[in-house]
Amino acid sequence: MSKHVVVIGGGVAGLEVAGQLSRAGIEVSLIEKESKTGGHLNNWHRLFPDRRNSIEVKEYLDGMTHNQRIILLTNTTIERFNRNKGHFSITTNEGRELTADAVIVATGFDLFKSARKEEYGYGIYDNVITSADLEEMFRTGKITLANGSVPDTIGIVHCVGSRDEKVGNFYCSKLCCVTAVKQAVELREYLPESKVFCFYMDMRMGGAFYEELYREAQEKWGVSFIRGKVSEASETIENKLLIKVEDTLAGRPLKMKLDMLVLMAGMEMSEGGEKIAGLGGLNTGENRFFAAADNHFGSNKSNIEGVFFAGTCTAPMNITETISHARAAVVEVIDYLKDGK
Amino acid sequence: MKFDPFIIPFNIGLYFILIYVVTRSVIWFRDLSKPDKLRLQRGFFGIAFGLSLKEIFMESLIHRKILKTNFRLGYMHMSLAFGWFLLILFGTIEADIFSAKHLNAPYKAIFFRFFNPNHGRTSFESAYGFLMDLILAFILSGLFLAVAKRIYSKIVGMKKTTRLKIIDKIALTSLWLIFPSRLLAESFTCGAYGTGSFLTGSLGAWLATFLPAQQMAYPFWWLYSISLGTFFILLPITRYMHIPTELFLIFMRNSGIKTGDQAGTYSEVQTYSCSSCGICLDSCQLNFSAGITNIQSAYLMKAIRNNNDVSEIAHNCLMCGRCDQKCPVGIELSQIRMIQRRGDETENDFRNIYKGYFRSRQTNISEKTNGSSNYNFLQETDHGKADILYFAGCMSHLTPAIKNSMIKILDASEVKYNFIDEQGGVCCGRPLMLAGQDKEARELINFNSQMIWKSGAHTLVTSCPICYKVFKESYYLDVEVLHHTQFIKRLIDDGSVKMNFLHKKVVYHSPCDLGRGSGVYDEPKEVLGYVSRLERSNFEDGNSLCCGGSLANMKISSTDKKKIALDAANELTKNNPDILATACPLCKKTFSSVTATRVADISEIVAEALVGKSIKINNGSHINSIKALANI
Repeated sequence: MSKHVVVIGGGVAGLEVAGQLSRAGIEVSLIEKESKTGGHLNNWHRLFPDRRNSIEVKEYLDGMTHNQRIILLTNTTIERFNRNKGHFSITTNEGRELTADAVIVATGFDLFKSARKEEYGYGIYDNVITSADLEEMFRTGKITLANGSVPDTIGIVHCVGSRDEKVGNFYCSKLCCVTAVKQAVELREYLPESKVFCFYMDMRMGGAFYEELYREAQEKWGVSFIRGKVSEASETIENKLLIKVEDTLAGRPLKMKLDMLVLMAGMEMSEGGEKIAGLGGLNTGENRFFAAADNHFGSNKSNIEGVFFAGTCTAPMNITETISHARAAVVEVIDYLKDGK
Repeated sequence: MKFDPFIIPFNIGLYFILIYVVTRSVIWFRDLSKPDKLRLQRGFFGIAFGLSLKEIFMESLIHRKILKTNFRLGYMHMSLAFGWFLLILFGTIEADIFSAKHLNAPYKAIFFRFFNPNHGRTSFESAYGFLMDLILAFILSGLFLAVAKRIYSKIVGMKKTTRLKIIDKIALTSLWLIFPSRLLAESFTCGAYGTGSFLTGSLGAWLATFLPAQQMAYPFWWLYSISLGTFFILLPITRYMHIPTELFLIFMRNSGIKTGDQAGTYSEVQTYSCSSCGICLDSCQLNFSAGITNIQSAYLMKAIRNNNDVSEIAHNCLMCGRCDQKCPVGIELSQIRMIQRRGDETENDFRNIYKGYFRSRQTNISEKTNGSSNYNFLQETDHGKADILYFAGCMSHLTPAIKNSMIKILDASEVKYNFIDEQGGVCCGRPLMLAGQDKEARELINFNSQMIWKSGAHTLVTSCPICYKVFKESYYLDVEVLHHTQFIKRLIDDGSVKMNFLHKKVVYHSPCDLGRGSGVYDEPKEVLGYVSRLERSNFEDGNSLCCGGSLANMKISSTDKKKIALDAANELTKNNPDILATACPLCKKTFSSVTATRVADISEIVAEALVGKSIKINNGSHINSIKALANI
């Protein structure tokens, strides 16, 4: 009899897991809370470091999951999650009962809600937007201010909701730096007349080809990188944004008028993930992400036998890492099911 | 019988404590400032004296406030204090009536039964004996609770009880031994002579059936005397010093003496008046939300008395003032904590001499390197004249929705005002004060005062309770200082602003510095009640919670702050309100990150409810200057 695995979350990790499991002959139920799969990938236009269109990655994942062994349940959430003699019984919001031999949690991340950093004025000042809002503008090809005019000076704030004790997030979201560099370059491409300033604490360019992109942003595109955290933003009479920031390299406070401010929202444990953690009794860490059973050789394992993690529900990761982590989860599941459980 | 050697320990103890208390009072009086000495003298011959007697009876003996907060704990304190008082009073009367002589030495009353073993044969004598037994039984019932509390504090309805030092334990044991040893001594004596009432008589008769009562009585009289003597001698260096000290505290308070900014007699009297009852422990959010259990006010008082280094304790506090509200003795705990914070830098250093029985004060004037200002870089700005000044405060600049709402309200009301820190102002000074840096704070205060004075304004409105408190208390200004909730209340009352009713369920969180700190409880609630459906919470007014974001605590970790915020937010949003309303930018910021409920300042809710022309926000000064011109 073939085994049945429930995958919770239809983002990059969940789709990769489902595709790989079905290839191995395992029946999969893929649960997605939204009406379509793809997760955050749907909201991003181009991906770092090579700026390929996100649609290409989506097409790859869709190709993987076009498979009759995968039952896709969209608009579905989980209401009950029980373990009974090595089997899992899961009840969905529509009252459907699923029985599984193993469960993979791939609930991903939520973007930090930037309105929580009220000092940056997101939701208060029209021309303060987030990295996700900017991607939406890139996709439509129209980068404009609220009044329809084209921005001249644009500021990018790094670490919004990351490495910030005051919002309770100590950790580094790791992708915002390179996202900022990518978006700065794109802004300069779209708006050759514009001036772009990045306000950073540290530039964390620890990925393949990140450093190269950072260098390109400075040398080719003339993006200015200012080391210092923006303390607050306010609006002036002429509808510009006045920001206060300390230039820590020059050692002096700085006031700057900008047309647009882009907030690099960090990554947080998703609300859906927190719900699953509560329902299933899964351990979470101090950063609120799921806690893996072992940091080195058990990053897919949870504290409950038969429940595995894939992707950014355990820590911030880029797409490359997410796909690798998802495949590793599949290996763990196959190994687990083979033991006759 | 006139005398027996067993009374010696008691006599030594009694005369020691009497001499000690007199000496100590003289030192305290000497250390008072001249005006305070006058206050005390005037109080002694005035109404303060009568008031104090009443308060001493109600609080030091009956323990009315503890009874109100916690009946069992109050009963425990009352039976020991009031019971002992009655025992001494009626014992003295007994000795006076039934002895050959009047005005007997105190030991005659205390050990009456020993010297008059045959007493109690006539009906009047036995009725009096019944009364004495009743009082003893009353004390013993309280003692039973006290012993039980030590073992298991929940018995008296407390989550936590204070931890003791060794010397406290010895004093506690001797206190506990006093009444049982009296009971047994009297019972054996009564058993031997066939006298005594329902308690001593029956117990004595029963004991005499199988024990040699005559021989057994004597050692217990010794034990009774030794317990009393030990207790009296240890009293000055233990928490039981609160018994005599509280009398001074009550009298000083009624005479109008205030704590002030520096350590002095009154703060010392307050420190010694703390009985370590532990009520402050249960009121402290650091305790019940964050599990920090060693910094509460009772421990601070104890550390000061023991001359321990208190800076760690003094700074690990939200300064929310919840314990001030709950303290049954009425000690100004937060103010004493502030004195300790200031003391880090300069001021008074108490030295323990004679093993804790006396302290001498040494004043160290810390050498300030040079007299120059730290804030020379501040630039003066001229804002011109205006009747009303609006000072948003730094925190409101970090929560721009609040300042924008205030601009909207101010513009709608058509008053003439000036937004003085629109381009960013100078700090009000309170964060520095909370850190104990008064000198630096004073520089900022002077800077801001000049600016306010130059404007010629009569009213200063601020959005931040932290600023409000310092403007009210530490600025010497000839302007009326209002928190924006008070100002909005006035605008509503005189019809300057019109508002729609918002059909929203709102719960109000009273910020510490506005509510407990400045006594502004009603206006915020009245404004909210006017525009929305205001619901009550379990934590109102004096009992309101701290959001956990307090600037005052420089020791606590952000994780612990978050625990406090989470607990407080959960309590307030229990009935699923649409909005968790507050009147402080810091509370707003703190709560927003821990609850899914919408958190809003009252000004935002009012701005939302405003009727009429919607003015584009953020261009306040522009519109205002046009209005000002039009008025001319």
